[in-house]
Amino acid sequence: MTSRRAALLAVIAPLVLAGCQLPSFGAYHGITKGGTQSYELWQGFSVIAAVVGGGTFLLILWAALRYRRRGDTIPRQTQYNVPLEVIYTIVPILIVIGLFAATVVVENQVLSEPTPKATVNITAFQWGWKFVYPGENVVVIGQTTQNPTMVVPEGVNVKMNLVSSDVVHGFYVPALNFSRFAQPGLNNTFTFNFDKTGTFKGQCTQLCGLYHSLMYFQLQVVTPTQYRTWLKANALTPAQAAAAAAASANQINAGIPVKPAQTSYGVN
Amino acid sequence: MTDLIERHDIESSDDHGDHGVSHHDHHGPSGLLKWLTSTDHKVIGINYTVTSVLMLILGGALAEIIRAQLVSPTSTLVSFAQYNQLFTMHGSIMIYLFAGPFAFAGLANYMVPLQIGAPDMAFPRLNALSYWLYLGGTISMVLGFFATGGPAAFGWVGYAPLTSAVNAPGVGPDLWIGALMLTGFSAIFSGVNLVATIFYLRAPGMTLFRMPIFTWNMLVTGLLILLAFPVLTAALVMLYCDRHFGTHIFEVQGGGVPILWQHMFWFWGHPEVYILALPFFGMVSEVIPVFSKKPMFGYKGMVFATMTIAALSLGVWAHHMFTTGAVLLPFFSIMSLLIAVPTGIKIFNWIGTMWKGQVEYTSSMLFAIGFVITFLIGGITGIYLASPPLDFFTHDTYFVVAHFHSVVMALVIGAMAGIYFWGPKITGYKLHEGWGKAQFWFLFIGTQVFTFPGYWLGLKGMARRMAVYPNNPSWQTLNDWSTIGAIMIGISTLFFIINLLVSWRKPIPAGDNPWDANALEWFTTSPPPHHNFLSLPPVRSERPTWDYYHPEHPALGHGDHVSGHAEQKVSN
Amino acid sequence: MLKQESYILIAFGIFAGIIGAVYWFWGHEDSGGVMLVGAILLGLMPGLYYYYWYRRSGGQRPEDRPDATVADGAGTVDAFPSTSIWPFVLGSGCFFFVLALVFGIWLLVPGLSLVLAAFIGATAESRRGGSV
Ligand code: HEM
Ligand SMILES: [Cu+2]
Ligand SMILES: [Cu+2]
Repeated sequence: MTSRRAALLAVIAPLVLAGCQLPSFGAYHGITKGGTQSYELWQGFSVIAAVVGGGTFLLILWAALRYRRRGDTIPRQTQYNVPLEVIYTIVPILIVIGLFAATVVVENQVLSEPTPKATVNITAFQWGWKFVYPGENVVVIGQTTQNPTMVVPEGVNVKMNLVSSDVVHGFYVPALNFSRFAQPGLNNTFTFNFDKTGTFKGQCTQLCGLYHSLMYFQLQVVTPTQYRTWLKANALTPAQAAAAAAASANQINAGIPVKPAQTSYGVN
Repeated sequence: MTDLIERHDIESSDDHGDHGVSHHDHHGPSGLLKWLTSTDHKVIGINYTVTSVLMLILGGALAEIIRAQLVSPTSTLVSFAQYNQLFTMHGSIMIYLFAGPFAFAGLANYMVPLQIGAPDMAFPRLNALSYWLYLGGTISMVLGFFATGGPAAFGWVGYAPLTSAVNAPGVGPDLWIGALMLTGFSAIFSGVNLVATIFYLRAPGMTLFRMPIFTWNMLVTGLLILLAFPVLTAALVMLYCDRHFGTHIFEVQGGGVPILWQHMFWFWGHPEVYILALPFFGMVSEVIPVFSKKPMFGYKGMVFATMTIAALSLGVWAHHMFTTGAVLLPFFSIMSLLIAVPTGIKIFNWIGTMWKGQVEYTSSMLFAIGFVITFLIGGITGIYLASPPLDFFTHDTYFVVAHFHSVVMALVIGAMAGIYFWGPKITGYKLHEGWGKAQFWFLFIGTQVFTFPGYWLGLKGMARRMAVYPNNPSWQTLNDWSTIGAIMIGISTLFFIINLLVSWRKPIPAGDNPWDANALEWFTTSPPPHHNFLSLPPVRSERPTWDYYHPEHPALGHGDHVSGHAEQKVSN
Repeated sequence: MLKQESYILIAFGIFAGIIGAVYWFWGHEDSGGVMLVGAILLGLMPGLYYYYWYRRSGGQRPEDRPDATVADGAGTVDAFPSTSIWPFVLGSGCFFFVLALVFGIWLLVPGLSLVLAAFIGATAESRRGGSV
């Protein structure tokens, strides 16, 4: 075996062996296909970051420590080493192209929008969320003092339409590995297929004024049967639903003292 | 009053060490009037440096309050409104009033003319105007604290429509807009001045590819300023019209497009990141060769890397907007990822410069190495953010806060490298090395302790700009560590102030060329006389001062493997 | 004369053009397109202007020649003002403009007066010392 091949093997083998046992590098595993792929992309980026960043860090340390001043002789005044410079131009370009290719693949998965089985219209407002289930006569509204819960079914495509009724907000569910701005006058759509039931925290990420820090919601993923039951139990009359869906932020907030109440639920 | 500057033939002077102290004394106003009327780039440079460092300290003080609030999840040290004002003013002061002006108008103002052998900036009066506009902007920004209703509270990016007259009433936001307009024009004038000075006032023999890297970076920075700042200023004018003249440019009601603000802001904002960074790249590119006793490794590669960064920075603005769902993801992703390449080249060139050198651990050099390491961390984490799927779950979380603080704290560390390096040139006295090193270790370690928990917190889901956060023990621990880091940074600032006092009480004379350095500024006296030079050495490389004192040690060119090649290879 | 300088600017303009074209035909987004046109102009306008002067004069300045000696650059560099109060006056005027934007239109009175004074003062000053 040539030494070059041995070197290649030495680099690749641990990666292959480690396989799915790579550490999480801090990220969530994701509860959708897109989220899981984002997580794996995260791991991939982290491995490369660790190798490249760690290697460069060691090089910096080595250069600074090994070549510390030992006397008054003037070192060779080397200024160029063209082959070396070419290498550290080309290699990063190749790495970057690889990272980009992986990015595009995952991005397409995350943004894919197959035909939905359920739809939720999300409106963010100062400072809360409104989840409207079109055709089901169900509307969930909540703000700082009463965080709303968005209930969604597991295992089917759930489409979300996201918009804001006032300033820019951010729709963010850490467990989903996903966030999207809620913007006035700009409708955003995305589709999830949840592969895990449970309750996950969600919150506003984009500064939206005074009570931005209190703008939470819960995402509750349930089985499709539970989902239907929940819809039935919470259905309003069409007139009530229409009125609730049309309610403005001012009306929702009116009468409810918006005060710095601490949302106290753990994460993880 | 006008001075006619003549350049004399004094090339063959070999009176080492005494280059022109005998300049006739300057008659003119004195005292306050002297300060108000000075158009000397050195005075203006000092004004800028001092003002912006004061802003660094003010912004840092606000940051300490922010970190104190975050010590516990439900702290009530400040109110929700005050918290929003605090981080808005912290970010705005740091970016608009410290980092930029310090970088492209402080030391640059002082050093660029010296490095190219010029008597002053090309437009001295415009230069003075730049400073006064900047000072006016600074006063406007700080006045916000005294405004009824408090200062602006919509974040340093001021996303529309949170900035509208309805959502952000009062004079605080208007003062913020006014401050940005003034500093914006000031920046544009500085940019014009830098480019014109570098194009027109170089010493004989100082071809473009013999300019010190710092000057090169300032040229590119100047061009980027001219590219970016007009867009910001235009956006601010539009915003002001929305607020006061009933237009609806950024408001949906009336047919406006809020996202236009984001496009315009970031079309300025991303180049601005390089406007902030390139000068500090330049500073450490002066420091590292000097304290490695070697020429800048890959000088030309360095120049092209700078130009590539600037060029690419035209096409990356919307990587701050990935989560809007309204931008061309792949385009901005690949452009942003590509910037990593020239940035990497720079880091490797710095390593290459130290390689087989004589690395001397002066305070300045420690800061420079600390800069490279901290910047490496910020750069690597930036690569994640250039990938839209990864940005989706880190955007607007503490991951981003940690990422850009790795970058901006690297800039602060780089600024210190510059101050310790050039301080002796400016004042004639060295700063105290012991205090300098204490400052370095507190600043460097504090920075890492401050930023690292942020990466973790962001991934766990802690959004930024949160006055209170979910009550989760592990989050609190991480936040507490972050605050400890911030305190260390605060202590390092105290060491800096102590150092200034100590060095002022017990001056350590520096002489003209204390570091046995490279570029032309070290050829003149410390501080340089009015209009800078009485004599110039021949310029035959980017290290004229080194060549003058070490004619037997020129840089080795591309193919040179024998030393003693006196001829410098210069490309055209 | 400014040959390399013009090349840098032109290259910058061309690069902005490439980015702009890709962005325009791929993204169909107006605001970025317009701003990139601005970037193209920023590169090309001064770049071509310098190039034009380089072609016309053809000469090389001492700072363009690798072998130039200090003697080649001997003579008058330029006239530099050593002091002037007018930048301060103009800057104060602009500061009052901003205060007028914030606190009320009447502040334009001191603002405009200062700016006007500065214009007159600076012009007169240049006339007096006016050697270039
Ligand atoms: C003493 C060192 C520093 C500390 C402890 C510190 C701390 C912080 C913290 C905790 C935040 C986040 C506030 C929040 O999102 O709730 C923040 C935001 C920010 N910091 Fe710093 N910072 C420091 C230095 C700097 C420097 C040197 C710069 C720039 C040159 C800077 C620029 C910013 C900006 C732009 C923001 C964003 C403000 C916003 O969200 O609108 N910081 N800082
Ligand atoms: Cu919000
Ligand atoms: Cu919010």
